[in-house]
Order: sequence, then structure tokens, then C-alpha cells
Amino acid sequence: MNRREALSSVALLLGGTIIGAEMFLSGCTNPDKIGTAGLQFSPDDISFLDEVGETIIPATSTPGAKETKIGEFMKTIVNDCYEKEDQQIFLDGMKKLETASKTKNGKSFLESTPEERHNLLVDLDKEQKEYTATKKEKDPNHYFRMMKELTLWGYFTSKDGATKALRYIAVPGRFEGCIPYKKGDKAWAT
Amino acid sequence: MADNVYDAIVIGSGISGGWAAKELCEKGLKTIMLERGRNIEHVKDYVNANKEAWDYPHRGTRTQQMIKDYPVLKRDYPLNETNLDYWCSDKDSPYTEIKRFDWFRGYHVGGRSLMWGRQSYRWSDHDYEANAKDGHAIDWPVRYKEIAPWYDYAERFAGISGNRDGLEVLPDGQFMPPMEMTCVEKDFASRMKDHFKGMRPVIIGRTANITEPLPGRTNCQYRNKCWLGCPFGAYFSTQSSTLPAAMKTGNLTVRPWAIVTKILYDKDKKRATGVEILDGETNKTYTYHAKIIFLNASTLNSAWILMNSATDVWPDGLGSSSGELGHNIMDHHLGVGASGIMEGYDDKYYFGRRANGIYIPRFRNIFGDKRDYLRGFGYQGRGSREGYHRSAEEIAIGVDLKNALTEPGPWTLGIGGFGETLPYHENKVTLDKTRKDKWGLNILAMDIEYKDNEKRMRKDMKDDAVEMLTAAGCKNVRGHEGDGTLGRGIHEMGSARMGKDSKTSVLNKYNQIWDAPNVFVTDGSFMVSSSCVNPSLSYMAFTARAADHAVSELKKQNI
Repeated sequence: MNRREALSSVALLLGGTIIGAEMFLSGCTNPDKIGTAGLQFSPDDISFLDEVGETIIPATSTPGAKETKIGEFMKTIVNDCYEKEDQQIFLDGMKKLETASKTKNGKSFLESTPEERHNLLVDLDKEQKEYTATKKEKDPNHYFRMMKELTLWGYFTSKDGATKALRYIAVPGRFEGCIPYKKGDKAWAT
Repeated sequence: MADNVYDAIVIGSGISGGWAAKELCEKGLKTIMLERGRNIEHVKDYVNANKEAWDYPHRGTRTQQMIKDYPVLKRDYPLNETNLDYWCSDKDSPYTEIKRFDWFRGYHVGGRSLMWGRQSYRWSDHDYEANAKDGHAIDWPVRYKEIAPWYDYAERFAGISGNRDGLEVLPDGQFMPPMEMTCVEKDFASRMKDHFKGMRPVIIGRTANITEPLPGRTNCQYRNKCWLGCPFGAYFSTQSSTLPAAMKTGNLTVRPWAIVTKILYDKDKKRATGVEILDGETNKTYTYHAKIIFLNASTLNSAWILMNSATDVWPDGLGSSSGELGHNIMDHHLGVGASGIMEGYDDKYYFGRRANGIYIPRFRNIFGDKRDYLRGFGYQGRGSREGYHRSAEEIAIGVDLKNALTEPGPWTLGIGGFGETLPYHENKVTLDKTRKDKWGLNILAMDIEYKDNEKRMRKDMKDDAVEMLTAAGCKNVRGHEGDGTLGRGIHEMGSARMGKDSKTSVLNKYNQIWDAPNVFVTDGSFMVSSSCVNPSLSYMAFTARAADHAVSELKKQNI
């Protein structure tokens, strides 16, 4: 069962006890591979992850991932929620991304222009998609898939992501099941 | 010890315990409600009720530390960051699994009434007659007609929203206005009606979320954060509903941290005289005495208390003389269903977060249908538009991805089955006297599984789900099937079934223990079969009925 299926099957559990979306990533599930809290992420690592996140979800008329402190978010989740194996993949992945940047653009990721960063991550996304498409359940996860998932999840559940990029009303007060939608209207955050 | 004498003792404060306390107090009995865990005060103690996703360090999801700390709860969705404090500690309260059984518990005032799914349906005579018709277990000692007025009574007080659908298999009740279906759900219902000639109706869920105000309670605000505790009191819980009613009488005492270790029994009078408790904070022992006792500790814990009671008379405990105490454990088996994409409707959306879904009542093995298994299943589901969770795999990264994910995605329709489990005598709980919990008390051992009948049913549950979504025009329909371990339905039933004969049942038709008629067991323990329909509304109805009978018998000095 992949994460999308896990999500949809959980969403079906109306009568059990709750309706709730479960987590949005592939970590945090295997009990036998408990991760180690307190991995070392330097301030430079956080800045690096901020820029990776910003390249995945850039600022437009609404804030980008960096403004939502996506680097800190990735650190928190990798530290506290990831299994040991995934933690290592993520840490190694930061180095791999850097190497890929030097190979493709001849410079580090942070020294690259936004366009260079974008093109690099497009390549990495293609790579992770191809890898994931043929990946067997027990094969390791791809580091860029982790970074992308963490960025999307962290961004859209942040205050800016939920209330500015998306729409959120804390207390809707009513339910209307069938109302008009026009292209461009924002999606509800939850 | 005069301070510890009451007219009635209620053991447990969840859905049925709260109802027992309310009914007994309103009938003038000085009542004490004993709760094994901490107190949770309505509104004030719902500490996360107004938090948003971004207020949680892990955005609500589980951490590796939580996975370590909750070896049982981690098995399914309940382990999460938002209401972790509402789930009992697996480490403090372990149990033995002869066979795997997922037991998700709430040890605090309100019990699982705080976190329940709120789906509220009546059982019909298809359920109450099921055992008699196919010869499994024993016959229910009651029929729908006898319980119907009590369903009326329970629904009016609890506040159930729903549509009057006129279905024989799912009787209508005293409903508040229904919640609305989404566009896709409406069309799904309409296409199902055409395709299956009305034999597989799709209805809006009937839920214990109020759509009109009740005294002290505001109607549902569509936040869909029920399981954090509702500051509006919009769903039925002990705290929002039965507890305030009981307190209003001035007759109720609530005693948290009261772990009932046994019911005290006078073998000469053949009556219970009270209970012994262990204070969960101080480990001190106390006794309480009363004329009647309502046992509402939840199905498996009620069995545990009975097994530890009156062992000088019956080695296997109070209520064990029939040999059925702790046997016939049931739950709903679930985790099977299908989902698909409903194309079109791109110009439709919804407003608000509906804490409810759609329901497809049982259609198998009734009205002339005959399968290679007994009984049936119902589905719960919903049709909604995808949000950012869809990964939009066709777009890599950047502005295009951001723009795509800030708009709603396609409509998806998903349904998941809830299957009836037959009452098997060999599905049982026993005491494991070799292991102890945090308080030094022996623990339960679970020996429960679903069998061939359920396995065959699960095939249909999946195939029918795929067939219906396909028939309704869904694309990319995918069936799914999890392992469906029992316990996950969180609908434990049957540990002290009622019946017509004391030789084959633990309780009589008014929920009284045959061997101690002043003890009433009105949580899920009494259930004789499991139906495929959510059971909590039935607990409410039977509890109110039992309380009425108890007070009447008390007045007649029969107990």
C-alpha cells in the first residue's frame, strides 16, 4: 500500500472513530526501524533545505516555502518521524543533490541561479519518478521524493500555505454540499 | 463508611455509562459514576480544540517516540499528535494477544464518547432475528418493536441528524435535519438507484452531530475537528450531553481515578452490594456500596471486572455460570472498499467541512439475495474534491506545481465496508494471571479472529464496491483490502450476551446478570450478534431501557 492508498483508506474510516487524513509521507510507519532523534542539521543545512523547498514551491503572489521555514520543518520531521534508514537517505541526499548540482551546473546549489536550481530539481524529480515507478516496496526511498513531499506537506499545512496559497476558514458555521466553482478559485486547505 | 453509600453505582463514563448516570439521576437515585482515568472537563480541557495544523510541531502526525510509546495504537490511524492524550497508554495497560487484536481505548471521563465516529443507526429485525434465522449462537431475547421507543428516546436527547429514507433494513428515527450531500454524492445516489433498481440506496450518514441547537449545545459548525472535543458541544459525548443532564439533578458524583477491581457480591442474598476500587493515583483501596450497579466499563473491561468478581462462588467470576462470560467477542471487520475518480463536476465545490459521509445500507443476504456466506455489510464513504495531497505527478516542481496544487483537484468517490462478524463461542477473552498492569492487576488475554464466513464476505465487500463505483461512472476505480484485524472497528461486542435462558447467556433481556439481578451490563457486552451497523445508538437505547427497568424493579423491591 503506498501513501496515497493509505491516505484514501484512512479517509474512508468514517465510522471507526474519526475521519482523519493520515500522514503524508512514507516514513513514520515501520515500528521496527525506529529513527534516532537529534540528528545534526547545521544552520547551513537548514538554509540549503530552505532553498530546495523554495525551488519546489517558490514565492509568487503568495509566500514561498522558504518563508514558511520549510528547512526547519524538514529537520523536525526527519529527526522525529523518519525511520533510521530514511534519515540516512535524507542526509546522504543533501550531499547527492549538491554533487548533482556541481555535475550539471558546475557550481554548488546555493551558488546557482534560480533557473539553474529549477532545472536541476526538474531533473531530480524526473529521476525520482522513474525510480519510484519501478521501486519494490522494500527498496529504499528516493531522497528527492522525500524533499518534495516534505515541502508540499510542510508548505500547505503552514499558516501561510493554508491561509494564503489555499483557503481556510477556522469556523465555517455551515455546510453547503454543492456550490459553483470557477477556475482559479483556491482549494480549501482541509 | 456512610459517605460511600449511594443508591446506584455506574462503572464507566463513556457513551453507555453516561446514559446510565443520566437516567438513574433523573429518576432520583443518588448515583456515583466511577471512571478509571482522569477527569476531562467539557470545553476547558479540550486543549487542542482550537489549534490549527501549523500549531503542531509535527503537523499532527506521529513521531518515532510515539510509535515506541504506543505499540498498539500505532497500528492504525488513532496514533497521532492532535489528540494523543485521549488514548490510553498501551504501556501502562498492556494485554496479551494469543491472537492479534487491536484494542484502542480511552481511559478518562467520557471514554471513547469523545473520539467516536458518531455514526448512529438503528438496528432492525434483520439484525435482531439474525441468530434465530440462521442458527448461530442464541436468539436475541428482544425484537425491534420492543426497542423502537427507546431508540426514539435516545435519538431525541442525543440529537441525531439524518434523512428519513424509509428503508426497512435501516429504520428511520427522530432525526434533526440531515446534512447535505456533495454534488458527486447526489449523482452517485441517483445513478445507483437507476442501476440497481432501488436495491442499493445511498443515503446521507446519520450522525450524532446536531444540526439544530439543543439546550447548552450549539449546532455543528462544520470544523470537522470532533475528536479533539467540541467547544460547541455539537456532537454527542458524555461531556456535552449526558453528564450535564445528570449533574443538573444534583444526584451525581463523579469519581475519576477509580479503577474498579471487583464487584462485591453477597452470596446469601444473591445480590451485588457494591464495588471495590483501586485509586489510580494513590493505589489505595476503597469500597462503595449501592442497591444497583450499572457496569459500563466497555465490552472487554466489563468482562474483566466480572471475571475478577465473586470468584469464591464462581471461580471464573460473576456471570460465568453459563460458561459464556468473555466468549462470543465480536467487532466489525473493515478495511475493504474501493475508490475512484468522478470526472466532470469541475465547476462544482462545497463550503465547510462536513463531519459526516454517505452510507450504503446492507443489501446482501436479504430481500431474496443469497450468497455463499451469512449476514452482510454496509459501506461508509464520501465524494469530495482532492486537495494538495494529490501529488500532481505530471508536474515536476516550481510555479506550475504550486499553481496546480492551490486549486482543487478531481472529485474522488470512496467507500469502505463494515462487515458483520458472527458470534463464535471460541472468540474469547480470558485473564492472564502471569502478567500485570501498572497497578499490579492481572490483564486480559485476547483470543479472537475472524473466520471463513467473514473472509468470504470480504471478497464481496471489495468486489461490490468496485462494481458500484464502476456502475456509477467512476474512472480509475481501485479496490483495496487491508488485513482487517479485529478490534480495529472499535466496536467490541458480546462478552456478556443477553438471552432467554440463564444456561446459555450472562444477562436477561433487561441487561441484568442472571446471577445478580441488581447488576446491569449495558455497554457492548450484552450484544448477541454484531449486525454490520454501528452499535453505539443501540447501547444508548438499551441503557435507557435498562435504567427504567432497574428503577421500576427497585420500587417493587424486586432487586
